[in-house]
Amino acid sequence: MVIRRKLIAVMTSLLSVMLSGVVQAAAEMNMRPGVTETSQAAFDLHMMVIWVMVVISVIVFGAMIYSFIFHRKSKHPTPATFSHSTKVELVWTIIPILILIYLTIPAVKLLIEMEDTSESEMSVQITGSQWKWHYKYIDHDIEFYSNLSTPREQFENYEGSGAANNPNYLLEVDNELVIPVDTKVRFLVTAADVIHSWWVPDLAVKKDAIPGFINETWTKVLTPGIYRGQCTELCGKDHGFMPVVVRVLSKPDFAIWVADKDAEKVVAEKAAAEAAAQSWSLDKLMALGKTTYDAKCSVCHQVTGLGLPPTFPALKDSPIALGAIDAHIEIVVDGKQGTSMAGYGSQLTDAELAAVITYERNAWDNNTGDLVQPADIQAFKAGNK
Amino acid sequence: MGDHHPTGIKRWLYTTNHKDIGSMYLWFSFIMFLIGGAMAMVIRAELYQPGLQFVDPNFFNQMTTMHGLIMVFGAVMPSMVGLANWLIPMMIGAPDMALPRMNNWSFWILPFAFTLLLSSLFMEGGAPNFGWTFYAPLSTTYGPPSTDFFILGVHMMGISSIMGAINVIVTVFNMRAPGMTLMKMPLFVWTWLITAFLLIMVMPVLAGVVTMMLTDRHFGTSFFDAAGGGDPVMFQHIFWFFGHPEVYIMILPAFGVVSEIIPAFSRKKLFGYSSMVYATASIALLSFIVWAHHMFTTGMPVAGELFFMIATMLIAVPTGVKVFNWVATMWQGSLTFETPMLFSIAFVILFTIGGFSGVMLAMAPVDFQYHDTYFVVAHFHYVLFPGAIFGTTAAVYYWLPKWTGKMYNETSGKIHFWLSMVFVNLTFFPMHFSGLAGMPRRIPDYNMMFADFNMWASIGAFGLGLTQIYFLVTIIVAIRSGKPAEQKQWDGASGLEWDALPSPAPYHTFDTPPKVN
Repeated sequence: MVIRRKLIAVMTSLLSVMLSGVVQAAAEMNMRPGVTETSQAAFDLHMMVIWVMVVISVIVFGAMIYSFIFHRKSKHPTPATFSHSTKVELVWTIIPILILIYLTIPAVKLLIEMEDTSESEMSVQITGSQWKWHYKYIDHDIEFYSNLSTPREQFENYEGSGAANNPNYLLEVDNELVIPVDTKVRFLVTAADVIHSWWVPDLAVKKDAIPGFINETWTKVLTPGIYRGQCTELCGKDHGFMPVVVRVLSKPDFAIWVADKDAEKVVAEKAAAEAAAQSWSLDKLMALGKTTYDAKCSVCHQVTGLGLPPTFPALKDSPIALGAIDAHIEIVVDGKQGTSMAGYGSQLTDAELAAVITYERNAWDNNTGDLVQPADIQAFKAGNK
Repeated sequence: MGDHHPTGIKRWLYTTNHKDIGSMYLWFSFIMFLIGGAMAMVIRAELYQPGLQFVDPNFFNQMTTMHGLIMVFGAVMPSMVGLANWLIPMMIGAPDMALPRMNNWSFWILPFAFTLLLSSLFMEGGAPNFGWTFYAPLSTTYGPPSTDFFILGVHMMGISSIMGAINVIVTVFNMRAPGMTLMKMPLFVWTWLITAFLLIMVMPVLAGVVTMMLTDRHFGTSFFDAAGGGDPVMFQHIFWFFGHPEVYIMILPAFGVVSEIIPAFSRKKLFGYSSMVYATASIALLSFIVWAHHMFTTGMPVAGELFFMIATMLIAVPTGVKVFNWVATMWQGSLTFETPMLFSIAFVILFTIGGFSGVMLAMAPVDFQYHDTYFVVAHFHYVLFPGAIFGTTAAVYYWLPKWTGKMYNETSGKIHFWLSMVFVNLTFFPMHFSGLAGMPRRIPDYNMMFADFNMWASIGAFGLGLTQIYFLVTIIVAIRSGKPAEQKQWDGASGLEWDALPSPAPYHTFDTPPKVN
């Protein structure tokens, strides 16, 4: 008796584990209903089409399987001789048309609703560039870059670095896009270099970011939370490494976040001014330069400074790093048209820019001995205007 | 037999014989299939589990790009031209193709085009890495130096395809035996005739778009560069105006193949012959007005999205007619399941599944969720692998006895079929799930939540890769030591190639045209 009871207990627990596995797998197998009205409508439409397709499959494949069994040569040695029937052919032309009309009507309605960006309550400009997103709040004085925050060693050494324990592996960023709940937010989507595509599955928003053009889309999220997505248009080497993370806050929390951002900005500006005012030592510049370089520049130019030529040139022994300081500052601050080299003038502080340029001029045996001070960057930027 | 032809390498270099050229096309496409397949193995090895294990992201992009280009232009398209060369003259009662010298040239361009393309793997900066769709400006301003070799390679393939298409059209219109009216032609000839028109219409468009890329890259134009007043989206419009008919170029001849094979093994005439012809023509016409369904997320106006959504869904109607006609052909037939029939049945079922996901993708508001995810990868592999490639495979088994006079081993053929069937589904079905769960395509690394399905897909892909070696061995064994084939190897087969020609078919097919009733 005891053994049997134990056996039953084991069996039921096994069964429940299996069932939960199936349920979990089922959740990962299908589209997510998401957290907006449009995403839920898209999900419903998706399920509706699937069921229509299942019914058609059962009929068509059923007829085929019936033939395989009952019209095989051993069972049905003399084939029928019919080879056309206008009536039947008309029927199976008209029925699919009716099914398609049945599917099209809700699709048209939903599409028109999804493309209606009018009456939005706030706007965010989203700019894709290789391989990060930039968010600019049109109605607030807030803008920032959003970079992948999964450490490089996690994907370069997946087993050893414990990446498997990171549930948000490759889907986490340093600065999330923050928006309020129950608010129609309009997104103005564009790109700075190649085409990217901004996608958050839970919002059912996917829009291509195209250089030179601004696309509009919108969302109105029903539940606060963190929603993750990725770039979905091949945009070069690190296409797989530019996630999108949206944090949706309640309206009061969003107001607090905006206030915090404003305060942060004042502090940062003050710190930047202070940093710019002092003269930095080589060691200090090299230390900050290395962190900045490894975070922002090494993706293309590599930690070794050897780059991935010819697309991403080496900086070690390069004419830029060994040549005139002004030209070096210019290319880092303004970027280079027609190449993947973006301008970092607005992405880094003056101190970081000065440090990274100093680092590039002295690391990897470049040893020019040149020091670039934050003040030099300020002067360059002032001259630019 | 008075077959005057040089021997050794000269035979193949100088040949103007449709059978020699057909064989060269088929072997060439198989070699490309193995090379493109090897690249797929690299992709699937990298995606076997999360993390970067084998290749760096840039090389991964080169692999996805080259895999796509080689499979589309090097494997599928030449295999269809190979079948056309072998079969069309025999089916319509012609002595050879109408333009034999051009036929030789259109084949011999291909090895050079692909040598050029493949050599880019060894160049500084690597091979093209912008996806087989080579969207600007990633392929123009940001493309590696080898992009120019890619452009030249595409031009050469395009010239080859156009010449092949002209040859088919001229042959079909001028070389039919007396009595072989258009509406008596085997469906394979019909589908190829329509395909040839598609090729002539769209290959010049492809040539145009790569030329615009070339001038953007080197001669200061700004067709696709917004900074110079151009439009990156225009690239996509031009590319897909080629690209969508292109997918029918790859599948229509396969429709023709199964329309020959299913009646043969059902021992019953093809159901609805004329509606099959009209359905093929409708698909071809519709294929010109649906291209922007690849671009629903580019910010088209709603009116444009509605038009392309509805036009695309309409394609389901003629495609449905074809599937229903195949099923009706089997209905009350007298079925046997030899290898060509098995591949044809799998074609009908799995292509239909690919068609279903096609209808889903056509619906713009839901396409926003599917677009550029693995769901799309699953969709087009379902229409290409069990579609185009199963179609060609079925054709090889079906006509091999006619081509070589030797029979393959039926057991080996069936083993090949079941391996293919299991591994194709194991490879591509899980991709539907990873796509729906949110995995974008063309990424070398992914979050844990996509891990299970990727592992299954990789295991399936390795199996599918090995299966192709088994296929090669089966065919070589058949050619070398297969049992002699009969003139009409399949009792249900019909058509001039079975009724009027011995097996193997003679080097020169019809010295005097046969009579067709």
